[in-house]
Amino acid sequence: MSRRYAYYPGCSGQGTSREYDSSTRAMCQELGFELIDIPDWNCCGSTPAHAVDHLLSASLVARNLAIAEDMDVEGIVTPCPSCLKNLKTSQHRMLRPEFHQEVQRVLGRAVRADLPIKSVLQVLVEDRGIGWIAQQATAPLTGLKVVPYYGCIMNRPPDVMRFDDPENPMALDNLLTAIGAEVLPFALKTDCCGASLGTTRRDVVARLSGRVLDAAAAAGADAIVTACPLCQMNLDMRQAQINKANGSSHRLPVFYYSQLIMLATGQQGERVGLDKLCVSPFSLLESLGPQAGEVRS
Amino acid sequence: MNIGVFVCHCGSNIAGTVDTVAVAKAALAYPEVVFATDTMYACSEPGQAGIIEAVQKYELDGVVVASCTPRMHEATFRRTVERAGLNRYMFEMANIREHVSWIGKDKDANTNKAAELVHIAVEKLRRNTELTAGEFTINKRVMVIGGGVAGIQAALDCADGGLEVVLVEREPSIGGKMSKLDKTFPTVDCSSCILGPRMVDIAQNPNITLYTLSEVESVDGFVGNFDVKVRRKAAYVDWTLCTGCGECAAKCPSKKTPDRFNEFIGKTTAINIPFPQAIPKKASINAAACLMLTKGKCGACVKACPAGAIQFKQEDEIVTEQVGAVIVATGYDLFDFTQYGEYGGGRYPDVITSMQYERLLSASGPTEGHIKRPSDGKEPKDIVFIQCVGSRDKSIGRPYCSGFCCMYTAKQTILTKDHLPESQSYVFYMDIRSPGKGYDEFIRRAMEEYGARYIRGRVSAIQPKNGRYLIKGVNTLMGDQVEIEADLVVLAVGAEAAKGAPQLAEKLRISYDTYGFYMEGHPKLKPVETNTAGIYLAGSCQGPKDIPSSVAQGGAAASKVLGLFSKDKLASDPQVSSVSLQRCIGCAKCQSVCPFGAIEMTQFRGMTKASVIATVCQGCGNCTSACPQGAIQLSHFTDNQILAEVHALCPY
Ligand SMILES: Cc1cc2nc3c(=O)[nH]c(=O)nc-3n(C[C@H](O)[C@H](O)[C@H](O)COP(=O)(O)OP(=O)(O)OC[C@H]3O[C@@H](n4cnc5c(N)ncnc54)[C@H](O)[C@@H]3O)c2cc1C
Ligand code: SF4
Ligand code: SF4
Repeated sequence: MSRRYAYYPGCSGQGTSREYDSSTRAMCQELGFELIDIPDWNCCGSTPAHAVDHLLSASLVARNLAIAEDMDVEGIVTPCPSCLKNLKTSQHRMLRPEFHQEVQRVLGRAVRADLPIKSVLQVLVEDRGIGWIAQQATAPLTGLKVVPYYGCIMNRPPDVMRFDDPENPMALDNLLTAIGAEVLPFALKTDCCGASLGTTRRDVVARLSGRVLDAAAAAGADAIVTACPLCQMNLDMRQAQINKANGSSHRLPVFYYSQLIMLATGQQGERVGLDKLCVSPFSLLESLGPQAGEVRS
Repeated sequence: MNIGVFVCHCGSNIAGTVDTVAVAKAALAYPEVVFATDTMYACSEPGQAGIIEAVQKYELDGVVVASCTPRMHEATFRRTVERAGLNRYMFEMANIREHVSWIGKDKDANTNKAAELVHIAVEKLRRNTELTAGEFTINKRVMVIGGGVAGIQAALDCADGGLEVVLVEREPSIGGKMSKLDKTFPTVDCSSCILGPRMVDIAQNPNITLYTLSEVESVDGFVGNFDVKVRRKAAYVDWTLCTGCGECAAKCPSKKTPDRFNEFIGKTTAINIPFPQAIPKKASINAAACLMLTKGKCGACVKACPAGAIQFKQEDEIVTEQVGAVIVATGYDLFDFTQYGEYGGGRYPDVITSMQYERLLSASGPTEGHIKRPSDGKEPKDIVFIQCVGSRDKSIGRPYCSGFCCMYTAKQTILTKDHLPESQSYVFYMDIRSPGKGYDEFIRRAMEEYGARYIRGRVSAIQPKNGRYLIKGVNTLMGDQVEIEADLVVLAVGAEAAKGAPQLAEKLRISYDTYGFYMEGHPKLKPVETNTAGIYLAGSCQGPKDIPSSVAQGGAAASKVLGLFSKDKLASDPQVSSVSLQRCIGCAKCQSVCPFGAIEMTQFRGMTKASVIATVCQGCGNCTSACPQGAIQLSHFTDNQILAEVHALCPY
């Protein structure tokens, strides 16, 4: 049975992580999730808003929540952990009645702020189950050695996010194992990549993301798998910069998990968006043989 | 009846929010009150003298003191009226401190309530009768539960005082945690050298009966006369025959048995003697690992044992011991750190507990005292110690300080330097707590003479890196992040209540706190007593404690028992139930509700009647509320007395 969710794409899905957005939509369609865009959604305020003003940040979020409340859906989903954290934190803050009132005043309308808010990853794992997903993997990614990289905010703070283990999350590990990939133990799975410091302090990103790349390579991984647009950008788009700064020579493709699920369920093409990755994955995928789908673009 | 009322100020504790003069004045209007006054400290020497003087001057027959809780001073004032020549039960107490002045701020309302409580007490006192305590003989044997250093001390002191002692320990050997330690702070003397002789004394003392591999099954009776059933678990070895030669263990093929004594570092055999100094030095079989007991084939130990002691058919045995007092010394257990994901949640072999590290340091441990990493057996060079693991952390329900980890961590850094002079120790700490004698000096020695580097801050992650570990943390003094690469990480796991502590408390009818540690009678004045007469505490079962404090408590508990047993008879409490034969219809309802088994059904002129065994009755009063006839009445708390109290409060 198909399940209906209000979909909050997030700004990066419109730009730097289009392939995450398109592969997520395609994946959900294949796996029986109906995603309905929140009409006229607005930016959640990202990092800057909540860094300066909680009321501003919550009001930006609440507008989206209010629109979604008029839709006939089970809850709100978003692929982006950063959006997720803003949506959930604002909802959490609105548990305080005075703050809730204040937000409604700014908004000029009522908002219940009680719809469940989850990541796409969470509904996939919770609504469908790992076993079921394994059955859908008609083109399992046998031979692909990966490390899952969750980033630092997907499960934190645990009291707000309420999904998976904040120190040793396993959702991606289990999912990737289910679609046939070989998942290697990865101690840095919840480390910080440097996040938005990529624009202001490249040296920090070179150090932090550099470590993630080093550790992935040391673990023997062919590729890194993420669920976060910012992590993906730092590790993939900046990989050459990082190599230069650190004197390393990594060439590790950095996939979104949604792309790999598409491949494993036998889908390819534009919606998967493999050609959007900066570090090309094609020779790696070819080396796996035909099961992983004829992935030539 | 002439009644005198004394309203205490308790300094400003009561007088601050209760008009004591007005309460005394109001009391004069209550029936049969011939004298009433306020008094500064009723319990003080002049306060008590004032009561005695008034009893004599006004020919009082009964006294009401309005002051603190009876738990504080009922016994004091009963002695006072006795000295004044009255029966000690011709006394009532009105609690106007805990029940009034400490909980209400409105002085008028408080004064009113205090006066009403005095009224209640007067009405009850008018119906009091003189009661006299009987006497019963006591059994001067004592049971000590738990054979750690606290229990050992208590048992030896009791035995030296001439008492017969039964020591019950659930492990195969006594010794507790101390027997696992290498050296001890703050003197760094060898743990087994100081504990070992005491353990031998236990085995050799003719006054001590030792049951190891045993647990308390049930406890009946009361102070002076407890009946304790002890389950002696099957060792599958006849200990009367076993000589402790160890031939069996040498031949046992089940060599991969988890080694409890060595904190699961290394393996042992299914049949074993846990450590060389074990007392008793007897072999026992771990049934889960034994090939004979699990698969029905093997029996190598039977062939090896020169004494023919192996008995696969041995079963648990229940023995009953009669004792007059019990000392509980069941110690503590260690916090399971795997719930901390940031320390690897138990996934990394070289992230170990402090107790595992003690076993690595110990010459009789699995590595014969060589510090080796569990993963590859290599000597570590850089070692990180993390303190407060499972202590002082509200988020995991452990807000308390375990007290001894700061000290043992410093000790372990000192021993590390002694073993591996080239090594470097780092200690992540929150605060250093070292208030004992010579303790802070000891910490300074670890830092200054042994070069341990102390970093004030918490660790956020431990990550494997190229065969070593990267420890990420914060240095809160420098306001900076720190990263240290190390070969071994030792977690100073905190103390928690011993496994099964609440269940044992319920058998003994003693109370325990939220964390399972046993409650002392009074946090300051009764540190080794409990609120159950005849049951005492020693050591870390009451809260984490180091060895000196545990030993001190073992001795203190023993002296309490010797004090109790210095009398041949104890006064029985006359506040017990009794049955009116005319009224009793023999329905036995009382018998079914009595939690102490104090009621028997007897035959009286062909009719069934209830009868109370006065020495067993604890005066709880359950039976009096269950009896449909009002036939069973509790002295000092009869239905008439309680109704009179209610009427005093609600006259209409
Ligand atoms: C790593 C580490 C190092 C330490 N180093 C030092 C040091 O150097 N100096 C120092 O002063 N202190 C040290 N300590 C503290 C020391 O271990 C305690 O102070 C001491 O062991 C307390 O003794 P105890 O008898 O109260 O409890 P325990 O040693 O815990 O003994 C309790 C005994 O009761 C038994 N028992 C438990 N429940 C039952 C039951 N239901 N029925 C029957 N038996 C039961 C247990 O098996 C055990 O034998 C250290 C602690 C740790 C964790
Ligand atoms: S003794 Fe020290 S390390 Fe142990 S819990 Fe207390 S503060 Fe923490
Ligand atoms: S008061 Fe009654 S119920 Fe309570 S112990 Fe005595 S006989 Fe048993």
